[in-house]
Amino acid sequence: MERFSVQEKELKDILPENTLKTRVPQVEVSRAVKLAPSRYRNEIAKYIIYRNDDCIRCGKCAELCPHHVHVLKPGYKYFAMPKSYLCTGRACEKTDYFCISQCPQKALRMVENPMIKALGDYRWTSDMLLATWKMAETGAPPPEEYEYDYLVGQSGGGFDRLRFKFPEKPPIELSDDEIDTSIPLNRRDDGRPQIQIDVPWYGGGMSFGSVSNATQLSKVRAAVAWNTFSCSGEGGYMERMRPYDDHMITQVATGLFGVREETIQRVPIIEFKYAQGAKPGLGGHLLGDKNTPAVAKIREAVVGISLFSPFPFHSVYSIEDHMKHLDWIKHINRRALLSTKVSTPTDVDMVAVGSYSAGTHIIHLDGGYGGTGAAPDIAKKNIAMPIEYAVAKVHKFLVDEGAREKVTLIASGGIRTAHDIAKAIALGADGVVVGTSELIALGCVRCSRCSAGRGCPRGIATTDPGLVTQMDLAWGTQRIINLYSAWRKDLIGILKRFGMRSVRELVGRSDLLMHLDFTNDVKTR
Amino acid sequence: MPEKYHITTTPVPPRLPRIGKHGIVDWREDCARCHNCVKKACVYDRHRQEAAYIRNLKYVDFLFFECMGCFSCVQNCTKDLLCLTINSEYEKLGNFYWKPEIIHTTWQQAETAAVPVSGAGYRGKFADHGFDAMWTDMSEIVRPTRDGIHGREYISTSVDIGRKPSYLTFDENRMAANPPAIVDIPMPLIIDMNPSEFTLPQLESFIIEAVRLTDLVAVIDTGKWPDALNEDQMRQVEKVLPHIAFHLNPDAPEIPKEILRQTRIVEIPAGGDALKRMQELKATCPGMIVSVRVDLDEGGVDRAIESANAGAELLHVVADFNGNEIGVKNPRFIKDMIRDIHLALIKGGKRDEVTLIAGGGIALPEHMAKALLCGADLVSTYLPLLIALECRLCDTCRPGLVCPARLETIDVAYGVGRMRNLIAAWHLQLIELMGAMGMREARRLRGDVGRAMFFEELEEEIFGTLFGSRKRA
Repeated sequence: MERFSVQEKELKDILPENTLKTRVPQVEVSRAVKLAPSRYRNEIAKYIIYRNDDCIRCGKCAELCPHHVHVLKPGYKYFAMPKSYLCTGRACEKTDYFCISQCPQKALRMVENPMIKALGDYRWTSDMLLATWKMAETGAPPPEEYEYDYLVGQSGGGFDRLRFKFPEKPPIELSDDEIDTSIPLNRRDDGRPQIQIDVPWYGGGMSFGSVSNATQLSKVRAAVAWNTFSCSGEGGYMERMRPYDDHMITQVATGLFGVREETIQRVPIIEFKYAQGAKPGLGGHLLGDKNTPAVAKIREAVVGISLFSPFPFHSVYSIEDHMKHLDWIKHINRRALLSTKVSTPTDVDMVAVGSYSAGTHIIHLDGGYGGTGAAPDIAKKNIAMPIEYAVAKVHKFLVDEGAREKVTLIASGGIRTAHDIAKAIALGADGVVVGTSELIALGCVRCSRCSAGRGCPRGIATTDPGLVTQMDLAWGTQRIINLYSAWRKDLIGILKRFGMRSVRELVGRSDLLMHLDFTNDVKTR
Repeated sequence: MPEKYHITTTPVPPRLPRIGKHGIVDWREDCARCHNCVKKACVYDRHRQEAAYIRNLKYVDFLFFECMGCFSCVQNCTKDLLCLTINSEYEKLGNFYWKPEIIHTTWQQAETAAVPVSGAGYRGKFADHGFDAMWTDMSEIVRPTRDGIHGREYISTSVDIGRKPSYLTFDENRMAANPPAIVDIPMPLIIDMNPSEFTLPQLESFIIEAVRLTDLVAVIDTGKWPDALNEDQMRQVEKVLPHIAFHLNPDAPEIPKEILRQTRIVEIPAGGDALKRMQELKATCPGMIVSVRVDLDEGGVDRAIESANAGAELLHVVADFNGNEIGVKNPRFIKDMIRDIHLALIKGGKRDEVTLIAGGGIALPEHMAKALLCGADLVSTYLPLLIALECRLCDTCRPGLVCPARLETIDVAYGVGRMRNLIAAWHLQLIELMGAMGMREARRLRGDVGRAMFFEELEEEIFGTLFGSRKRA
């Protein structure tokens, strides 16, 4: 695997001696896909298989089923409960191994799981959740026979109404190996490292406090495996992150929690968070119950007190002030690339071009419908424009201004699948930042209780000592590695159908998209 | 720093079991009776609470639906006996416009007076009908504080009701005429009359007490005077009257002049000799602001504009309670009608001479901000206060039918407390939106579409250039 990071000898030239002294050996993580089944006994299934007392344990169902729904363990008298989540349901009816019709005793019955109605929402449908879990388990897109309708949600707009206009057959035949999914993050040619990531996405900022140590570490370990990045969020830089410094982005946000020169010098990318999609214009929230002693220590705050970051940065009231911020960091860390994370106001194009002129390497647009942490409901729904508009608007403006080739444009806020990633890129982004999808891979069901009381009941977005034990670091790492692997396969599948050798060819190719609610008669290319 | 508008609140728990979205169905049969049953591990302790609830069951028609929907017990049960379900009673709440989510969040705010907060991002539609087809703006970097705010404590939500002259005239260093009366109200919200289909005993007295405590104004039909006041309020009527705007119902007995003079605003229906009546009232009660109420039925928008042109100083335009034009086959939504009236008043050079109150379909605090951005000075609403009392909008408010929310049994502390809490939560949320916009004054929200983004416009401006013309409305 080709590493992007600056070599040790070069680091000696650019990092202060004290920082080098505290640097620890960097850890390697394999990106190999390994099966990582759900950590719950009963994975939620689209269909449920019931076995009644008429079963004579002939074993025919186990013998026939290629998905291993029926298991009779050696030495056991009775079948284990059917593994319904492996069942392909209606698609199996047409096959000659459909257990329901093949059972000589008619002892099996299949029903659609009524609980599915309680799973998911307009943006993350139940099929999308099930498919993401399947990808996190297997490392591959879910087989078609599962009939997961996961490529789009049911929000009725944006990505969910966009479709690719695939040619009937690819203009050129390419093998998977010939397709490059890497993207560069430094386009400024300013002598700073030419960082390249192997997939056009990296992990979003989730602070310690908002999520558990195991969640944060799973994210960054997957980032190491896929030669990309994860972000510390605004809650400070955990000591446990240090073996992964070269794949970390540290955030300087309005609360300045845990921001120190030493932490800024550790990492290759520093992100200024001006705003975030979940609560544009409001600043971060960490409610009191989640401010445990460990969190309070790293944030240098009082235990149990709700921590509200201010908005905006009170040291930035203009692009010139923003430039001073960037210059400050550039002087502290001479190897770092700078990212500016903003939300999506009506003049997001002006914000973006201003940020470019101030010297940022990455413009990170966080659209109004994203976010993983606690946010006022009124903000989630109502403030700032969705990312689909912002990406297209900013891309066009930067092209018109002649600045597009000099800056990396990253989109986030509602990116759920590889198809969303590809659509965001076709609308004009170079890559994306993901957050919620990673949490789904770890078993999130989007119950929205991350903010309340002890936090996430599933042990993901919590720092409660009892709840965090539900998730194991090795398992979490593998689930995210697997999800990334499945996404890359999906993305390669898209590029292959267009005959593209690199994801970079897809940037701004909105002519390859159609919108179901439009006439689609514009000739743009 | 001047004294800030603040509503003192205390939590007011619901009287009835909560109608939550999720519940757990336990099939029980084949239970292995594990000593470490997953029910004991519920983070929210809901299973134990449910058992206690059933042991002390007070209402046989209310099941326990307080599950948080985390699926943990469902997925960990050794025998896979538990099933998460959606409460059918929850799904029946409200109607197509007043969706169950709106009813639910209103209950929550009425209980806690807090801004509803949740995690895991937005769960709803990309855009929807009415107010859900627009977004409010936010500010960063290039204009982070457009009004120069440096903290939410500097945000004022006050607005003025009354005519604002475009210039003053002086006569030898003295003002030639007194400026028109203005009512400064601390929040762009008044409480409208409840229509007859949503009534219950004591409702008006609760509303009046809630607006007194929150320093707002309620419109009260003169047909309900003086029954609208309870005994305590009658004893302190002079404290109550400034918070009442009488709607002068032509079919009701006249309000005594000494009572009317103690109010600040009075409302008359549009049409007929409304403007003559306005002049008479102003002659009888100098300093009184007269509101002309215009129902937004077919021709309602034109009548509102005509009334303004004819000299009305305060227009109260009202759509139906779902925000739609009244009695029209393809009705316009209130936000579009506000825009039409606002723009017509600007075009006619009358905008600052008329205060525009818009009502109908104001269900959530963001609707208040969005209506202002569309051109209203303030909004009126009534159903949220009724919902605050645990009303479900079940449409059975008729004599002889049983109210499932037992609204006839509520007491003053509960009723007023819940209404006050809801108003406080709306106020806090308005500040959230204004803070994000970088706006310091609610007065400056009026008609400022630069702080709003409309679905149709964004689709056309951004997607239109990429994908052609939009096919559907």
